[in-house]
Amino acid sequence: MPECFVAKASELKDGDRRIVVSGRHEVGVFFKDGNYYAYSNYCVHLGGPACEGILVNKVVDVINADRTYEGQTFTDEVHFACPWHGYEYELKTGECIADRRLKLRKYDVVRRGDDVFVVI
Amino acid sequence: MDMLRNEVRTLNPEEFSETKALDHASQQARARNYQDFLIVDVDSHHYESESYKDVFSYIESPVIRMEAMDSMLRAGRSGFLNSQVGYQSLGGRMTRHARRRHYKAKGERHRDVDMTIEWMDAMGVDYACLFPTPMLFLGLHPQVEIETALCRAYNRWLCERVLAQEPRIVSMLYLPFNDPDWAYRTVRDFGDKKGVVGFMVTSPRYKPVHDNAYVKTYALLEEMGKPLCFHAAYNWDDRGLATTNRFMAVHALGFMWFNMIHMTNWVVNGLPERFPKLKTMWIESGLTWAYCLMQRLDHEYMMRTADCPSLKRRPSEYMREMYFSSQPMEVPQDLSILEATFKMINAETQLVWSSDYPHWDFDLPSVIYDLPFLKDQAKRNILGGNAARLFNLDPKPVKKIP
Repeated sequence: MPECFVAKASELKDGDRRIVVSGRHEVGVFFKDGNYYAYSNYCVHLGGPACEGILVNKVVDVINADRTYEGQTFTDEVHFACPWHGYEYELKTGECIADRRLKLRKYDVVRRGDDVFVVI
Repeated sequence: MDMLRNEVRTLNPEEFSETKALDHASQQARARNYQDFLIVDVDSHHYESESYKDVFSYIESPVIRMEAMDSMLRAGRSGFLNSQVGYQSLGGRMTRHARRRHYKAKGERHRDVDMTIEWMDAMGVDYACLFPTPMLFLGLHPQVEIETALCRAYNRWLCERVLAQEPRIVSMLYLPFNDPDWAYRTVRDFGDKKGVVGFMVTSPRYKPVHDNAYVKTYALLEEMGKPLCFHAAYNWDDRGLATTNRFMAVHALGFMWFNMIHMTNWVVNGLPERFPKLKTMWIESGLTWAYCLMQRLDHEYMMRTADCPSLKRRPSEYMREMYFSSQPMEVPQDLSILEATFKMINAETQLVWSSDYPHWDFDLPSVIYDLPFLKDQAKRNILGGNAARLFNLDPKPVKKIP
């Protein structure tokens, strides 16, 4: 499996990403909270650049013990949103949060010294 | 065929080009050979509010023009124009809405011309029908004379600054429908302008389309051979819709609601019989509403024919002769349901593809091209052939896909 150079690890700050294009593959590589994640950059919806949108935490409704509605807040679960239409994906899994049966193709990321590679 | 590429990109939020933002759309266009056939987008938009200073200068009344110009000095406070609560960008997830301010125009033409042609080429579109954005709510303005004044100014501005500059951009001009006399004058004065392929009623409003006051406008449109479209939008202040508390709710319902009312009034009052050559198009309500309403009206018609004695056929038979824009096309998991909807509206000749770009829920030509139940000719009809016949456009493709 060919490896494609992504970036120097020392250049990637928390929340940074790179888009790696290799032949017919287009991969978004994220660096977040000390981990690397890489997914296909083609949204499962209409093929938008899924990995090029904002990082945003999961939104939840806050429901009280008596089942009344309190408001909304963010959780610790990090998502990225396709900038075309807002399809949201969980950063750790690549699953589409609206229907987790849908997911982006996941790629392996390897680090050799200060060099980060994605396995295409 | 695409050349194989090898590169590593960073993302720069300080840059914006339609070509880059829609690079994946261009990949689809090349892979599907869109260059070989005509694609017409019957519903796309620009943000006329970015050009208000220029548009306002076209307002004919010196008093209203002064009010409009002054209002630009107090942005964020009570304004000259009405608006709607809305958060289409969903907290910034749809990034193009904020980043478009970084777009750099190329030359002497208006920036909107450059941007429009750029996204059209990126998507594989030959001709686009351009509509305004905030003005979609103008039919709810409490002052009828303001709707009329801005409509007339915008139409003059659009004809001079956009349509006259670029033959691939056409429009169905805004009708000031709250003033029936001015609606008539608008058709009379602008119907023969370059690039004017019809006229548009913004659907959120509370005037019945069957009012006798509109008859002379419908007659003139029919005589000129120009279609009339109803462009959907929402009104979050509508008493029923005001009970919703999320944008997706008011959008899902609102964009169907007003067109369902206007369509029902149009058919029940026999307007298709009174204006048999007047072509109507229903824009941006998706398709499921028509599938529902056809059955609903047919069911009642059989029992209550005396309520609509002008009709000689079932309501659905009239509706099946109208035009429907495709976006936002609901795609159910079971495609046989969509296939039935296409059959119901006679999609092969009556459905016209639309993107609604750059709005938040835009569609690409692939939503039609990739449907497994359509034959090639049906795809080409829906993507461009039907609209070319309706708008009298040259069927030869002219786009330049990057």
